[in-house]
Amino acid sequence: MSESRMAKSPMAPPSSFLWSRRIFLTLLTGFVLVPVYVMVSSSLKPLADVTGQFRWLPSGLTVRPYIDIWSTVPLARYFVNSLIVAGSATVCSVVIAVFAAYAVSRYSFRGKRVFTVTVLSTQMFPGILFLLPLFLIYVNIGNATGIALFGSRGGLILTYLTFSLPFSIWMLIGYFDSVPRDLDEAALVDGCGPLGALFRVVVPAAIPGIVAVAVYAFMTAWGEVLFASVMTNDTTRTLAVGLQGYSTLNDVYWNQIMAASLVVSVPVVAGFLLLQRYLVAGLTAGAVK
Amino acid sequence: MRSIRAAAVGAVTMSLALAATACGGGSSTGGGSDDSPKTLTYWASNQGASIAVDKKVLQPELDKFEKQTGIKVKLEVVPWSDLLNRILTATTSGQGPDVLNIGNTWSASLQATGALLPWDAKNLAKIGGKDRFVDSALGSTGAEGKDPAAIPLYSMAYALYYNKQIFADAGISKPPATWDELIADGKKITAKGKSPLGAEGSNLAENIHHVFVFAKQHGADFFTADGKPDFTNDGVVTAVKQYVDLMAKDKVIPTGDAEYAQNQSVSDFAKGKQAMLLWQSAAANLKSQGMSESSYGIAPVPVQSGTPGTGAQVNSMVAGINLAVFKNSHNLDGATKFVKFMTGDAEQKILNTAYSSIPPVKAAQSDAAFNTPSNAVLKSTLATSAAALPQVADESQFETAVGTAVKDLFADVAAGRAITTDSVKAKLDKAQQQMPAK
Amino acid sequence: MQGSSGGAVSAEPRRRRPGRIRRIGLPYLLLLPALLLELLVHLVPMVIGIVMSFKELTQFYIRDWGTAPWTGLGNYKVSVDFDAPVGEALLHSFFVTVAFTLLSVGLCWLIGTAAAVYMQDTFTGRGLLRALFLVPYALPVYAAVITWVFMFQHDNGLVNHVLHDQLHLTDKPSFWLIGDNSFYALLTVSVWKGWPFAFLIVMAGLQNIPRELYEAAALDGAGMWQQLRRITLPSLRPVNQVLILVLFLWTFNDFNTPYVLFGKAAPEAADLISVHIYQASFVTWNFGTGSAMSVLLLLFLLLVTGGYLALTSRGRRTADV
Repeated sequence: MSESRMAKSPMAPPSSFLWSRRIFLTLLTGFVLVPVYVMVSSSLKPLADVTGQFRWLPSGLTVRPYIDIWSTVPLARYFVNSLIVAGSATVCSVVIAVFAAYAVSRYSFRGKRVFTVTVLSTQMFPGILFLLPLFLIYVNIGNATGIALFGSRGGLILTYLTFSLPFSIWMLIGYFDSVPRDLDEAALVDGCGPLGALFRVVVPAAIPGIVAVAVYAFMTAWGEVLFASVMTNDTTRTLAVGLQGYSTLNDVYWNQIMAASLVVSVPVVAGFLLLQRYLVAGLTAGAVK
Repeated sequence: MRSIRAAAVGAVTMSLALAATACGGGSSTGGGSDDSPKTLTYWASNQGASIAVDKKVLQPELDKFEKQTGIKVKLEVVPWSDLLNRILTATTSGQGPDVLNIGNTWSASLQATGALLPWDAKNLAKIGGKDRFVDSALGSTGAEGKDPAAIPLYSMAYALYYNKQIFADAGISKPPATWDELIADGKKITAKGKSPLGAEGSNLAENIHHVFVFAKQHGADFFTADGKPDFTNDGVVTAVKQYVDLMAKDKVIPTGDAEYAQNQSVSDFAKGKQAMLLWQSAAANLKSQGMSESSYGIAPVPVQSGTPGTGAQVNSMVAGINLAVFKNSHNLDGATKFVKFMTGDAEQKILNTAYSSIPPVKAAQSDAAFNTPSNAVLKSTLATSAAALPQVADESQFETAVGTAVKDLFADVAAGRAITTDSVKAKLDKAQQQMPAK
Repeated sequence: MQGSSGGAVSAEPRRRRPGRIRRIGLPYLLLLPALLLELLVHLVPMVIGIVMSFKELTQFYIRDWGTAPWTGLGNYKVSVDFDAPVGEALLHSFFVTVAFTLLSVGLCWLIGTAAAVYMQDTFTGRGLLRALFLVPYALPVYAAVITWVFMFQHDNGLVNHVLHDQLHLTDKPSFWLIGDNSFYALLTVSVWKGWPFAFLIVMAGLQNIPRELYEAAALDGAGMWQQLRRITLPSLRPVNQVLILVLFLWTFNDFNTPYVLFGKAAPEAADLISVHIYQASFVTWNFGTGSAMSVLLLLFLLLVTGGYLALTSRGRRTADV
């Protein structure tokens, strides 16, 4: 698309623009890449290399760290926990956000503004303010009803999904607003209920926005440290907290930390990059309108 | 319209109800019981090289316990970074383990929360009585005049570990017994291109342990006799300055150590980069990092002059891990049995050998296994020249406030700023002001 | 987010025909799950947190905090007594956080916008670069920050290796994780992690600018730089309004980055307020004072957000007309 614009454009970009672009992007690439390179290369170094003077090139390559990480801490279990927690939180968050955003986008009702403002304002609550109270609430719900929220994955799922909810709702409102109302009104005329219109017309048209929201929700849940460190125990611990197990009493196993970090990052980064097309499209139509 | 209002009222009511239940705090789970006699949850601190190692050490013992009593113990090894937080949240919520490890310096602080089972004469009798334990270890189990809040499990003491090869190369024939000797030896070691002594400048607990001992050596205390913080008295200021000066003035601690907080100094020692290490019961740790036992020597921590003893001759804190029982436990009887098992002579031998610590139980301590030369130093330190950290309710705040002050001082040294009596005093004054008002 | 729309919205249901009255319940039903969850996880805990801030909630009472004595405004007085160390430290931490947030948000926005603008046109490798640039944002916080810790080490870190050993820019290796430099270390990590988000949003915003605008400008003889100044930047205004607010709130409340970078006791120069409050409540076991500090922080953020929205929205409305 942009080629066509360039073709029409009477003048090519000035060389000052091209040069500054080259320099800027090169520097930026370096800034972005160096830590990534360090992570990858250090994860393949023997322990002596990473505890001694820094060196750009490893003295020898080893995959030992990738084998050791699984036994130093129960990484596999943390991985599964994180998958369950982040996955469930994402699914719930997206579904709930779709409902809420649909209501706000398509209906006029009393309290709409109060709702949006309240939900959005929770974004500014310092987590530290409600950490302890939330924890007390979970414990008391557990005592009163027998539903174990504290220390369980359920409690963490519940917590994380509300973290991403405000931003998700807000983004989806923007996205749904951009889906022409004629479409769902036509569906209503065809005899679909409002929910039918939502799922048959609005949701399919809003897939990029929904994917963007899902990616955001997943990442929020995947990396959270503060609540996870207080609300989980040995069996429910997530990766973000579990990774700290590598800096243990004795020595900091930097190569294992890097290897584990990489293992933990690959699924998210890969997923993120695969979905980035949707992400940009979703943001274009949703958030930035 | 009515339904909307009803919904709003409902939401508000529900939130208030939730708030009310939360306000109940732990009260609904106030007392302990024997409701679930067949299971126990045990939180162990991370003592071994990794959590996996701890599990390997502890699980067979727990199986043994199950065989003897039919009680299944669910083990969770909690990393140090999380332990205090986890205990706090457990205390707040009343949902915690039945039995847990605590750093012995936290005893009085945790005792003040009222969450731990007090070991009165009756409870102590169930585990064989107070007399089974070494006095120094019992001195770190809670505030004076109160029933102990915990039972000693592992005891540790600081010692001076030194690299024999580096000492020989530098022409040093025996380990330093006083700080002056250590500084003199440090010059010889520096001349050989090695760093003399390690420290964990950004590790608050390590900082506290050292400045506490230095304060003792200057006849000073961080708390007055009636438990009020007194961080700015001359003795304390001199003590803190002396410790920081090891890096600032005497140059025996490399400035790089100012940012150490994850036991990098132990690694430096194990790798032969550094000649000396002040550490508590480091044998197992050094071994796991590949340093053979014959390559290092172990000596008492230096004093100002003379030989280690009591009073100003103190050269270590009483370090160690205590075993505590949560008052809210649903298996108080089983928990007591478990404490009895863990502090039994046989288990004490097995566990303390695995962790290269000293058994706080007299009968176990006299076992031949703990008569090696290195253990001899630790044992005699514990018996004759170790002092317990202040057993006051504010101990954990003290560790944070003063530990941070020392960390900041080390950071100043690293940044090339001068350390003066005034600057030390100012930092300590700030730390004191941060202590809870009485 | 327009201030005047409230009246119109509340007036609308009245205009509805009676036959549709049953429908009115539906939006509430759709909102219910979100509302309940927000109540449970955010609003009710916040109310409890506010209640706590009026209590003397120290280690003696945490076991049953219903019994903790009320202190009235005691916790607040301690927090804002700027002559005493606790208040002074809080104020210091507040200023550090403000400076850090302004710099970080500014840099994130600047780098993100520049990159997005430079990459508006296609060129070889653009897709690859774009994917690459998003990696820092996609990395889990812990993994990203711990890598930086590794690089910032005094003795064995890459940063000192490059600055000191290879480029000889410093006389001796610097400390990055303690002391005054820690501020820059924190800023670097924060910008590294944060700018791709700005990049992403601005990139999306650029796609909404109608091409005709550029074509018309080009016909008028406007060069690349002029097009940037006259079309691109003004068109990004609404995007920037939200982007900067979101970045501001996230950066100001960021806990994970400083916590992983420095641990429980942050150096004074990088003592961000979230970690400061965490330390005030968890490490020193004084949850009352910690809550009071959080409430003050919340008030400040409400004030800033409200002011920001009022200010930028007014400017935007006049610009639109």
